[in-house]
Amino acid sequence: METPMMYYIVISLVMFFAGVYGFMTRKNMLMMLISIELMLNAVDINFAVFNRFLFPGQMEGMIFSIFAIAIAAAETAIAIAIIINIYRHIRNIDADNLDDMKY
Amino acid sequence: MELLPLAQQVIFYLLAAVIVICSILAVTTRRILRAATYLLFTLLATAGIYFMLDYTFLGSVQIAVYAGGILVLFVFSILLTSHPGEETEKSSKTKRILGLIAAIAGIVTCGYALFTYPWSSTAVGEAQSIQQIGHALIGMEKFQYLLPFEAVSVLLLACIIGAIMIARKR
Amino acid sequence: MEYTIFILLLPLAMFLLLGLLDTKLKPRVAGILGTLGMTVCTALAYYTAYLFFTQSRVDGVYPSHTPVNYEWLRFTEHLHIDLGIYLDPISVMMLVVITTVSLMVHIYSLGYMHGEKGFQRYYAFLSLFSMSMLGLVVATNIFQMYIFWELVGVSSYLLIGFYYTKPAAIAASKKAFIVTRFADLGFLIGILILSFFTKTFDFATLTANPSAIITESAGMTFMGCSVASWALALIFMGGAGKSAMFPLHIWLPDAMEGPTPVSALIHAATMVVAGVYLVARLFPVYCVTPEVLDLITTVGAITALYAAIVACVQTDIKRVLAFSTISQIAFMIVALGVASDTDLHAGLGYMASMFHLFTHAMFKALLFLGAGAIIHAVHSNEMSEMGGLRKYMPITHITFLIACLAIAGIPPFSGFFSKDEILTAVMHKSTFWGIWMTIVAGLTAFYMFRLYFRIFWWKETDCSHHTPHEAPLTMTLPLIFLAVVTCVAGFIPFGELVSVNGQPYHIHLDMSVATTSIIVAVCAILLATWMYLKENNKPGNIEKATSVLHRAAYRRFYIDEIYLFITHKIIFNLICRPIAWFDRHIIDGTMDMFANVTQCVSARIKGLQSGSVQGYVWLILIGSLLVATITICCCL
Repeated sequence: METPMMYYIVISLVMFFAGVYGFMTRKNMLMMLISIELMLNAVDINFAVFNRFLFPGQMEGMIFSIFAIAIAAAETAIAIAIIINIYRHIRNIDADNLDDMKY
Repeated sequence: MELLPLAQQVIFYLLAAVIVICSILAVTTRRILRAATYLLFTLLATAGIYFMLDYTFLGSVQIAVYAGGILVLFVFSILLTSHPGEETEKSSKTKRILGLIAAIAGIVTCGYALFTYPWSSTAVGEAQSIQQIGHALIGMEKFQYLLPFEAVSVLLLACIIGAIMIARKR
Repeated sequence: MEYTIFILLLPLAMFLLLGLLDTKLKPRVAGILGTLGMTVCTALAYYTAYLFFTQSRVDGVYPSHTPVNYEWLRFTEHLHIDLGIYLDPISVMMLVVITTVSLMVHIYSLGYMHGEKGFQRYYAFLSLFSMSMLGLVVATNIFQMYIFWELVGVSSYLLIGFYYTKPAAIAASKKAFIVTRFADLGFLIGILILSFFTKTFDFATLTANPSAIITESAGMTFMGCSVASWALALIFMGGAGKSAMFPLHIWLPDAMEGPTPVSALIHAATMVVAGVYLVARLFPVYCVTPEVLDLITTVGAITALYAAIVACVQTDIKRVLAFSTISQIAFMIVALGVASDTDLHAGLGYMASMFHLFTHAMFKALLFLGAGAIIHAVHSNEMSEMGGLRKYMPITHITFLIACLAIAGIPPFSGFFSKDEILTAVMHKSTFWGIWMTIVAGLTAFYMFRLYFRIFWWKETDCSHHTPHEAPLTMTLPLIFLAVVTCVAGFIPFGELVSVNGQPYHIHLDMSVATTSIIVAVCAILLATWMYLKENNKPGNIEKATSVLHRAAYRRFYIDEIYLFITHKIIFNLICRPIAWFDRHIIDGTMDMFANVTQCVSARIKGLQSGSVQGYVWLILIGSLLVATITICCCL
């Protein structure tokens, strides 16, 4: 346990905001999805790290991470299904083109 | 996982470098298949972090589900929706600068909060065995998670059906 | 006597059957079914009457029965609405009258309405009307009566508007409904006041203790009259609306737009006497408020004279008959107004009224059915199209003549006896009203014979292009039957069966009154003969000589115009328009303002819902960073 907790947190922080940056700058929906995965992953790391360094006798954080991974899997599956469906309809998966249903 | 402190340090920095570089590359590269590959590296490095924290089960799940399952889904969908070698169009400069500013502002804010917070740790405990994790997942006592576990199983089922429904050809 | 319920249920079943199957049935089948149902109904009513009037008297009175009664709605401990059947002399008498006339009209319509579009619907409505009217007369309580009263109004509305493609018929049905409904508002308020104080709706209880309304509401007055008087006057208002009393009579002449048999059934013989029946039913209660009875007398007398004068100048034969109906019903109303229940002699008016109701129903139905046969032959309602029809339509001619003699009050036809009783009763109470009513009786004879001569004599019609012919058997049979009834009905010992307190009353003619009325009637008939027997210009000359009066009478003394003036000019302009303005500008304006404000605001802010996910993320990020910064600053 020589490596201090803050090191881990900085890693996850960079990862999270890399995700945020990606989400805001990329138009391709698959890229946006990849960014979301990055953010989720950063959060998972935080859960595990806090659990390990602050409450080592318990395992809530880890189990939360496990659930988060499961839910991320479900979310990705649905999102990709939607994206493929959209691609079939408009031959394009840019988020900017999806404004047919706006107000 | 008993490693020499120095080796542990080296491995940590290696993983950290991989995570930081690959995640930044994943969101900046213009080839989408490459982005997926960088994401894979990031996820694998994250699994390495979990191993270093002695969360071997979590690490395995990370590799199996994320690196194994989700990444495959990504690759498939990328191959279905884009042509190989095709580059996504460049996003505008202002957008990138604004995104960068926002990200850095976020890092600064969160970093400040994290570094100034007085963390206090409880006593050091033992690492949990897989047996304990299994009990916790399907037990009904306090700090045990049968109900969320079942809820997630139903969610996954619904998600399988939903994904088929949405993506199938009509 | 539980079977009496079938007198009500049978027409109802016929209504449902004919109404629901409608065009699925052949017109002929529908007509015969309806007529058969009514025949059974009539037989039951006759049997009931036979049983009722052959039962032994208790204390000299036929005991009344309530064979069917069940509680329908309970409001308070005392107040509840029942539905049931109440049999007493007048309701049994009404059962006979209604079923007889209704049956005749059913048979007659087989011929008259032959080939009309909506024949089945017509029979369904006739059945509905019969059911409602029968339910009205056998009502055990005033609220049941009110329910059936409204049902009668509805079926009248439906039947007047039977030719719904004709704008005049639609307007007439609307007018009839609105005017009677307006009157029924008074009726309802009257019922509520009455039952609030007496704590009962039940006729038997009300009439057993008629002064309850006085004692319960003692000392309470409203605008100078006691509450009891108000209640009873308002109830009479409902009756006056249905019975077309002045000034609520305006709907009846227009109601003649309906098919003629309907006019015979509803607007001559049955529904319009509902008001008379209502007053008769509550007569003991009316007797405790003599001032209301005086009001009834006055209204009746004015109506009688007014309608008789108007009838003298109308040229549409159904209008003449309509005004004659109004006048005759006014006779009954006057007779009730002058009666009292102290003893048999003072209650002569009550008996006379019921007697006249009975005979009038028969001969007026006969007159209308005869008019129907004439219209059927000539295809017009206007007198000018007629004349000299006696040769072509002998049966109609004879029966019509009998009815005219009866209504004019010539012995030995039924009208003479009943009208004579009325005149005797009125004369007994007040000489002024007696002379007044005798004049009206003379006018009656005059306008009826004017009608008769204009239709059957006057001129010899030129029949080169169209020969009027006698009506088919289905139409002449009812005429003959009703004519026979008209001839013999006067000899029914009516006073033995119906009288004010149920004791048998032996009818005897007051010779002075009878002689006077016969002389007046004969003079009037002779005058009519002189004027209208042969085509001449005497009537024209008289018209010219009294042109102002004639035009006023022809336009029914402008009562309709006054109504229009009051409703359109005064009520619409002064009350409705400001209310409409208020509604349109203030209430709607407030609502519109809400809508407009919401719309403006949402139009401004809808740009935020750009649909672009990245825009949303920007907002979320900025928001959360702000919150985080603020939190950090606060913790410093």
